[in-house]
Amino acid sequence: MVKSEEKTSESKNERKIVVPGETIVSGEKYLPGDGAYRDGGDIVAGRYGLAEISDKFVKIIAVSGVYLPRRGNSIIAEVVGITFNGWLLNFGGAENAFLSMMEVPRYINKGELREHFDFGDLVSAKVWNTNGRGIDLSVKMRGFGKLESGQIMKINPNKVPRIIGREGSMVNLIKDATGCEINVGQNGWVWIRGSNIDNEVQTRKIVNFICENSTITGLTDKVEKFIKDLGIKKTASSDVEIIEEDTHKEKEDKK
Amino acid sequence: MVAKKSVYTKRNDGRKFDEVRPIKAKVGIVPSADGSAMFETGSTKAVAVVRGPRILHPQHMQNPRKGLLRVTYGMMSFSVSDRIRPGPNRRSQEISKVTEWALAPCIDLEAFPNTVVDVFIQIPQADAGTRAAGINAAAMALAHAGVPMKEMVSCVGVGKIDKTLVVDLDKYEDSDFKEAEGSTDIPMCTLSRSKKISLLQLDGKISIDELKEVLKMGKKACEEINKIQVEALKNVGQEVGGKK
Repeated sequence: MVKSEEKTSESKNERKIVVPGETIVSGEKYLPGDGAYRDGGDIVAGRYGLAEISDKFVKIIAVSGVYLPRRGNSIIAEVVGITFNGWLLNFGGAENAFLSMMEVPRYINKGELREHFDFGDLVSAKVWNTNGRGIDLSVKMRGFGKLESGQIMKINPNKVPRIIGREGSMVNLIKDATGCEINVGQNGWVWIRGSNIDNEVQTRKIVNFICENSTITGLTDKVEKFIKDLGIKKTASSDVEIIEEDTHKEKEDKK
Repeated sequence: MVAKKSVYTKRNDGRKFDEVRPIKAKVGIVPSADGSAMFETGSTKAVAVVRGPRILHPQHMQNPRKGLLRVTYGMMSFSVSDRIRPGPNRRSQEISKVTEWALAPCIDLEAFPNTVVDVFIQIPQADAGTRAAGINAAAMALAHAGVPMKEMVSCVGVGKIDKTLVVDLDKYEDSDFKEAEGSTDIPMCTLSRSKKISLLQLDGKISIDELKEVLKMGKKACEEINKIQVEALKNVGQEVGGKK
């Protein structure tokens, strides 16, 4: 679901915390990447974070601060506005994102926008474009759409890679332990739905535990132990990650 | 610059003339904020919280070319021995504005158009030099919030007591000392990399030669403060500094 930034470089380079204005490396052969700038012969940090040098490129990985949407990110957002041709969604970032009615998998009449996504609805969506004018979302791909029932929790977006773990290992661990469906948006919004409220609360506890201990080495073992200590009674488990709007409707109809 | 004729030959708390009060700093004190920091010199304490970049309301204040930096400075009602009326007043509004100007040169405002970065500075305990402490805390909090910044800012108050130049005045030196010529207070800010001065205020009288010396002393003190700020940022959640 989400590629952890950590794993691509963990083995290659050591990283260090840098402060704005700090010289990371000196020399003409280096090039400033994300968050760094050149000042004379030096490559200087342009923000606070972890400096990473890969070959010639020097970039800074954010460790704190608000979520910056990137193309291809999957996020969870709340509908805060409806325009004549789409929805405005808040995802806890610096601006609202726009979901066009063209980016929804089926045809919608202009007057029926509210019936599809209403104010306050939570939507799992993909960032398909970011430009100077705004952030555009899409729910056309499989696995995206309205999130019904369940609950939302907001965590620090910089801890999202920890919650997901290497190739989703951590998230699967929580899923297996609690039987809850979890959808982690890269903006730090986590949607949880379980068969009963107790399981959802336990899941929240585990997620919070990971956030609080995100810097510890051997986190997976710690989490396993924490889950064991919680003593969760697992009930029904479902492997469906996100309920698509359509399938959900069908379920309701059957009822 | 040695006080040959000055009445003030020894500092109230036994510090050297160019010595700052013991500094404590900590980053990441408010979990719900995007960035936060605490900065303490002697018994002056400042807490800064940063929220944003976030959507700016009212909408007519939005600027598609660059973001807005908005600082709110406030002294808590119990921060001084006489209770002060909480809420904005003439002094706090002025300091908010001046802090904004002091911080703006190092922040890359073009990186977040149409949005605002809110900085809230609170002074839980005041013993002179609150705007300096506030700016130091705000600089750390802004960095912690991941706001694009070219460099850091450090701030210190330099003063003249009778004819003696001193760094980082406390309340006694700043306002209670009334002998001879009394005291002059010059808060100043320097940027960590370009060494430029982003804030220079003057409350009192000073000659040009003395002012040159003040700038020299202030820059030296700011470098010391910057070291502590950097150390605090590299050890998030830990208190650094303290007794020397």
